[in-house]
Amino acid sequence: MPPYVLKSKCNGCKGIFDEPQCVEICIGDIMAIDEESGQAYCRSPRDCWDDMACTKACPMKAIEQRIPYQIGYHGARLVPFMSKDSITWKLVDLNGNEEKFTFKIRNKQSCG
Amino acid sequence: MESKALPRTLSEIVEVRIETDLLIIGGGNSGCFVAIEAKGNNPGLDVTIMEKAHIDRSGALAAGMDAINTYIGEGETPESLVAWSRAQVGGGPLREDLALSNAKILNECVESLEKWGIPFKKNEKGHYKKRGRFDIAIFGEQLKPVLAEKTKSYNPRILNRVVATNFLTDGDRITGATGFGLRDGKFYIITAKATIVATGGAAGLYRSPTNDGTTSHHQMWMCPFNVGTGYAMGIRAGAELTLMEQRWCAARVKDFTGPVDTISVGYKAGMVNAKGEKILEERFAHLGGDAAPRFIRANAPMEEWRNGRGPTYVDTKHLTAEEVKDLKIDYLNERPTYVLFLASRLQNPSDEQLEIYGSDPYIVGGHTASGYWVDDDRMGTIPGLFAAGECAGGMPNKFVGGCAAEGVLAARGALKYIARCESPKADEALIDREKERVFTPLLRGLALEPKYNIPDGLDSRWKYDAVTPEEMEERLQRLMDEYAGGVGQFFRCNEEQLNYALKHIGMLREQVGKLFATNLHELVLVHDVIDRLDVAEVLTLHLRERRETRWAGWQTRTDYPEVDPALDCFINSRKNIETGQIEMLRRPYEQILPGERTKSTSPLPLSAEKA
Repeated sequence: MPPYVLKSKCNGCKGIFDEPQCVEICIGDIMAIDEESGQAYCRSPRDCWDDMACTKACPMKAIEQRIPYQIGYHGARLVPFMSKDSITWKLVDLNGNEEKFTFKIRNKQSCG
Repeated sequence: MESKALPRTLSEIVEVRIETDLLIIGGGNSGCFVAIEAKGNNPGLDVTIMEKAHIDRSGALAAGMDAINTYIGEGETPESLVAWSRAQVGGGPLREDLALSNAKILNECVESLEKWGIPFKKNEKGHYKKRGRFDIAIFGEQLKPVLAEKTKSYNPRILNRVVATNFLTDGDRITGATGFGLRDGKFYIITAKATIVATGGAAGLYRSPTNDGTTSHHQMWMCPFNVGTGYAMGIRAGAELTLMEQRWCAARVKDFTGPVDTISVGYKAGMVNAKGEKILEERFAHLGGDAAPRFIRANAPMEEWRNGRGPTYVDTKHLTAEEVKDLKIDYLNERPTYVLFLASRLQNPSDEQLEIYGSDPYIVGGHTASGYWVDDDRMGTIPGLFAAGECAGGMPNKFVGGCAAEGVLAARGALKYIARCESPKADEALIDREKERVFTPLLRGLALEPKYNIPDGLDSRWKYDAVTPEEMEERLQRLMDEYAGGVGQFFRCNEEQLNYALKHIGMLREQVGKLFATNLHELVLVHDVIDRLDVAEVLTLHLRERRETRWAGWQTRTDYPEVDPALDCFINSRKNIETGQIEMLRRPYEQILPGERTKSTSPLPLSAEKA
């Protein structure tokens, strides 16, 4: 369940947002900025609640959510692609089989 | 805040003083509805929301929801909903007055969510698609962001990342609350004409069955950052709480410890045991079978394990490929990583049954009936203090819709109070004491000298001769699991175990002065565990006081295995502020809806006037 920040992709939201989006949104305050690299990291993997708010909010797609090894084997992936009114999830199982789910998450008359 | 900027003395801590009309503690589902109702009625009202996380994704709805568990559809009435709710908790006791007033505005609140942007599933007639009798299906991934946007459109003052610590008082009235800024390290002193406590319930009092430490400590159903602060603040202020012994212990998907209704209710997947027996029909027929009260159904899997008939499953093998896809979409809308969990174990629900198990117990007044003892206006026993959502006690089975309605009712009650109350003052000596209480663990941590040799790369806190909040949290969780009826003990406990738990909660309290934090994040963890200790103590006292077994699983006493008719009442508690002791009291149950309390025939014939 802990989120892992990809070294190759995270830019710490520098120049885009005052506070990195994952740090701003994390319900448990467990995403933080590593002052040396300027990149985000999960300071306490044990405390993640797997709501994936950080993964959805990341503008760089730099966060990968993993299931704790204690409950699921390593290698499956789940990636959200957010748009204004819908979401697409890409799921890859242990054997590499891919599934996609696209559905509406907001009515068109959604309030602003 | 970087460590070099952290304060070293109390006098360095900056105070922020805000005067407001209405203070809402907790900007989750219920708190947002409070703000929308209050500002909608009176746009000139000064409304402040104190939020521990960020309102866009805070609270139990952070990941979304796939259903609204209470909506009064065709053929049902507010009375039939309340009769059903009463039967679900084995006939009560419950506050039927609160439940009826809630039910009357419930649909309006649920329909607002659709109006504001949440897609609801519809049937061929264009009506909301029912999942269960009062249960409707939604695409709720955006539930919290939409609620937050609607709230912001009314311009309340939103204090994100401010952690509530205690109430302010003026004589015998509550006049706001204090908190600390998780980002700015400031001390917030908010005086308010009325205060509504709308925090989440209490998770993490007990060890989760899948808590293996390294990366799965928070593999649990309820949001683990809902630590019971709302209850703890009330306990410390001497507010009266009710039914804290009515714990929410649920059947969950095993290992993942996530929701199971999505499968069992949504896709009619019955529970089965290792022998292939349909558990409810074959083992619990005498208690109602599939229609047994919620606590019976919740407890059934653990009873099977205890009797040597585990593992236990929900039978999903009848699901078509299309239904499996829909099932996964439901989870993606509520707990997305369950889909990842299945993929990481190569499990296809059409090919194999899915394992279920008991969860760790939670105190969640939006689900069971724990919480503040309130009047019709949702005001607690201390003037000026109102409760909503998981904090409002006496009324079980609120869930998302009912908690929203409670928010509306609490806002209306608070508005009435604001119109008649005097300007609030706050006790300055109390503010000073609270500032010291809140920040001392941080000042202590920053002043500690290393004692032990710990090389770089390891947790540098181990250098110190003191106690981290994580250690204390884990000690409490194991204690409660083993001695106060956790899932590890099949939810069962007796007088001796409870007394042992109380003794050690007392010893943990003695150690609170050894807790330390080296940054503001750890300071939250320190206050989280202090709040959990307060709630755990009261919960254990309630479990001891109910010397019967009224809701097996939620509350099982091995030394008093039967229902005692003399305890057909509310067990309440409040702290005596003079002595510091928690005092137990009882209040009578009042039946308003006629009929047998354990039955919920539909629809219930009762005119609106009678209710």
